[in-house]
Amino acid sequence: MFPDLLLSVCPRLHGRFHELAPHLVPLDYTNQPDIRLPLALIVSMPELKENPFRNRIVEVFSEDGQGNLSFNDFVDMFSALCETAPRELKTIYAFKIYDFNVDNFLCKEDLEKTLNRLTKGELTPEEVNLVCSKAMEEADLDGDSKLSFSDFENMISKAPDFLR
Amino acid sequence: RAKEKERKKERDRKRRRNVARRASSARKEGKELEDRPGREERRGRKKRDKEGKGKGGEDERQEEVKNDTVAKTLKNFSNENTRKLEQKEIEVVGEEDGDTEEKRKNGRSEKGGKREDNGRGETVEKKQKKKRVETSAEHESSEEEEDEEEKVGEEKPEVLSPEELEKLKEEVDERKKLISTLRGKPWPMRKKLLTLRESHEFVEKYEGALGKGKSRKLYAYKVMMLKKWMKFQRDFENFKTACVPWEMKIKEIESHFGSSVASYFIFLRWMYGINMILFGLTFGLVMVPEALMGRPYGSMPRKTVPRADEANAMDFAVLWDFGGYAQYSVLFYGYYNSQRAIGWLKFRMPLSYFLVGVGTVAYSYMVVIRTMARNANEDGGGDNNSFNFSWKMFTSWDYLIGNPETADNKFASITTSFKEAILEEQESRKDDNIHLTRFLRVLANFLVLCCLAGSGYLIYFVVRRSQKFALEGLESHSWWERNEVNMVMSLLGMFCPMLFDVISALENYHPRIALQWQLGRIFALFLGNLYTFIIALMDEINLKREEEEVLKLNMTIWEASLYNGTLGVNSTAPPITVHPADIPRGPCWETMVGQEFVRLIVSDTMTTYITLLIGDFLRAVLVRFLNYCWCWDLEAGFPSYSEFDVSGNVLGLIFNQGMIWMGAFYAPCLPALNVLRLHVSMYLQCWAVMCCNVPQERVFKASGSNNFYMAMLLVILFLSTLPAIYTIVTIPPSFDCGPFSGKSRMFDVIQETLESDFPAWFGKVFSYASNPGLVLPFLLLMVLAIYYLQSTSKSYKQANLELKKKLQTQNEENKKKTKMAALKAAMDLEEAQKAWSEAPRQQRNNNASQQSYTGEKNTVTGHLVSSFVFVWYLKI
Repeated sequence: MFPDLLLSVCPRLHGRFHELAPHLVPLDYTNQPDIRLPLALIVSMPELKENPFRNRIVEVFSEDGQGNLSFNDFVDMFSALCETAPRELKTIYAFKIYDFNVDNFLCKEDLEKTLNRLTKGELTPEEVNLVCSKAMEEADLDGDSKLSFSDFENMISKAPDFLR
Repeated sequence: RAKEKERKKERDRKRRRNVARRASSARKEGKELEDRPGREERRGRKKRDKEGKGKGGEDERQEEVKNDTVAKTLKNFSNENTRKLEQKEIEVVGEEDGDTEEKRKNGRSEKGGKREDNGRGETVEKKQKKKRVETSAEHESSEEEEDEEEKVGEEKPEVLSPEELEKLKEEVDERKKLISTLRGKPWPMRKKLLTLRESHEFVEKYEGALGKGKSRKLYAYKVMMLKKWMKFQRDFENFKTACVPWEMKIKEIESHFGSSVASYFIFLRWMYGINMILFGLTFGLVMVPEALMGRPYGSMPRKTVPRADEANAMDFAVLWDFGGYAQYSVLFYGYYNSQRAIGWLKFRMPLSYFLVGVGTVAYSYMVVIRTMARNANEDGGGDNNSFNFSWKMFTSWDYLIGNPETADNKFASITTSFKEAILEEQESRKDDNIHLTRFLRVLANFLVLCCLAGSGYLIYFVVRRSQKFALEGLESHSWWERNEVNMVMSLLGMFCPMLFDVISALENYHPRIALQWQLGRIFALFLGNLYTFIIALMDEINLKREEEEVLKLNMTIWEASLYNGTLGVNSTAPPITVHPADIPRGPCWETMVGQEFVRLIVSDTMTTYITLLIGDFLRAVLVRFLNYCWCWDLEAGFPSYSEFDVSGNVLGLIFNQGMIWMGAFYAPCLPALNVLRLHVSMYLQCWAVMCCNVPQERVFKASGSNNFYMAMLLVILFLSTLPAIYTIVTIPPSFDCGPFSGKSRMFDVIQETLESDFPAWFGKVFSYASNPGLVLPFLLLMVLAIYYLQSTSKSYKQANLELKKKLQTQNEENKKKTKMAALKAAMDLEEAQKAWSEAPRQQRNNNASQQSYTGEKNTVTGHLVSSFVFVWYLKI
């Protein structure tokens, strides 16, 4: 693969990658080592430290789904979370992030998990239940009591404050 | 390698023979690459290109710029992200944009360099390609094709026929489209970069071959300027938001205490803005000119402290009461001279004073009404709220937050907003016994009316008594009898709201509506307070005016005695110079009124701050620290921490503003005082709320536009201008103080200006225009216009409502339809599956059933898609 290609395009990002684990990440890729940083390291980055979905984000972008990021994955993550990233791309990744059990649908458990992370579990179970069922009722267009990607896209595309 | 080269040569020969075939294969590749091929879009694009070949180059340029950004934004990430930590979101947007701008420039030059490289050193390129072919197994095929295409490109297809050209163009368009949509594809960055580079090279080659790409420089310049302009605009917006004061404070409060508490602070800020402008008016047009250009202190009786008060005119107690030197200064009406024009500028002081007084009121009316109208518009707009909960759930986290404190605030605000939404939902679901609630509400209103009537009577009774006492002379009565009115007022103001609060628990309203009722009731109570004050003031004015009459008589006697004393000795001597402090003077009721208002404002401010410190801060401190050694849990039990009292604070603010409007004519310093007060209370209350209050039990969402506050403010404005205008119009000004001394009415200053400063014809026109015969029809016309506009707006509103309803029902129907379609699809699928499972038995019909199954499935999905499109279309 061409790590040198990405490296030439975004050396600064590689600098960040290198900073995370200086003893693991080499500075030149002549013999193409396969380096993956574990989830715990990535999550400790200041950009993600406060994010309630940090573990999910890293898991989504890792190739193996376990949260171990290679430099390529790292670049992908930053490009998708960048402010200038196009809306469609963000929608796709947002869906993936909220899909906790990776079944390509947002079911009620996913919604509950999302809500509990957003509010740090400060709502009572009844309130959580109410909110989740209301959200499901609003966004579920085909009545299968889970949100498919098209439901999600339809809902999010009308949101006023979904980041540009 | 040698073999590969041979292979390539062979292929090249083939290509040259058959360009068309290559074109089609490349197009296929393009299709593979594209995620969601939008055929219509492509067609549209073709058309566009056919229409304007000249535009083609421009398009391409634009895409290039875009793609450069794709690559270069990556570079930005690292530094941008570190910056995110310290900065607000908005700032980052702006800054980052700036960075991109720079990078884009760099990128352009780099790109240019690369292009040159491509042209010159083909061998380098080849080596790279080979390396790629060696390393990437999955990309091999596309890689090779790319290589081939390049070869062909280098050999310049000059011998192409028109059809081939057309095909080539299509292909180029495909590539361009790919380039423009590349950013939105969820591919790994490596793949994106490779595809981007290939497509770029391809487009580069063939655009040149097709003779496009003219006037690039100009276009690039244009694009650059456009970007710069956009950046400037965004920066300007950021600047504007940065200029809004206390935004962060209010946001922080909102995140912890909900929007109702925040609405108070927003109202406070708005009030501060208005007072700033009023202050600017009075300070710039009245106080400063008089202080700079008017006669100095001590030159006239009205500008000098009288001899009797001179001894303690500088005492703090006197100054604190706004007597002594403070009374004889620009702060009050009495200090101003009636000289028509002052200073070398010939500034018309009395006219300016009058116009500023009128302008203050007029500006306030204008602002309040304009704000109300704008808020009403916002309310009427009514955004689509169909995804309230889902939006809250999926889009409320701000991914730019990197600061733990901010994150905590965000968590709190999200929880609060969810609680607000849940409350709304529960309120809308609630359906109790309607008859019981109605009965209770009527009962509550009856009780409140009784309370109001009782307190009204009490106030009336006390005021009457105090007038009687005043006539008998205050000295013969006890402290209680002298201060009865004030005490009764404050007691009523303290306990009645509590009573109303208890009563409103009966009504079972939504907290927002309950707050409005509460506000309205306390408002009615306070009105009594206000009007007793005004009545007392009127009495005092009448007393002063009687005093003035007596003094006028004495004055002539005094003058006569003065002249008599000296006249005998020397009749031709220059007129006697009496020190201005010794000349007897009238009581000047205007200054007295101004002083009363200023005192009222100051004492009110002090009371507010002290109750804040004692009621909130001290209570919080006691509860917090006594809790360690107390018998019961103070924090959870009885005293607890206080909640923020929105209704009381809002009303305090509104009545305070009413005082300002009433008194500003007689004490030009009032707006300045109020600005000071609001400024301090902004900080003090923000601090008090964050440090010693707890959020309300039921956090509710205040309507974003606090039009209810505005309506109350308008009422107060009207009620406070009424007495002010009454005094200005009906009571003659004092004879020896103020800018209007010597005139029979204050508004005579207008007449005077018209006569002496304007040409004669102007005065004539004015007198004609103010003729009742003209004014009355004009008024009538205005009333008619208002009536007409109101009726049309009503009908518009009706139509709007109807349309909204229609849209909603349509939406619901569509939802139902889609659900039905989905159900049907599922059933069809089941049937088909059944048929499929039965198939093995009927081996002969196997193929046929399979066909039907797939056919059915296709139609089902087609139906689904079409209905989705339909829904989508309607929503738009």
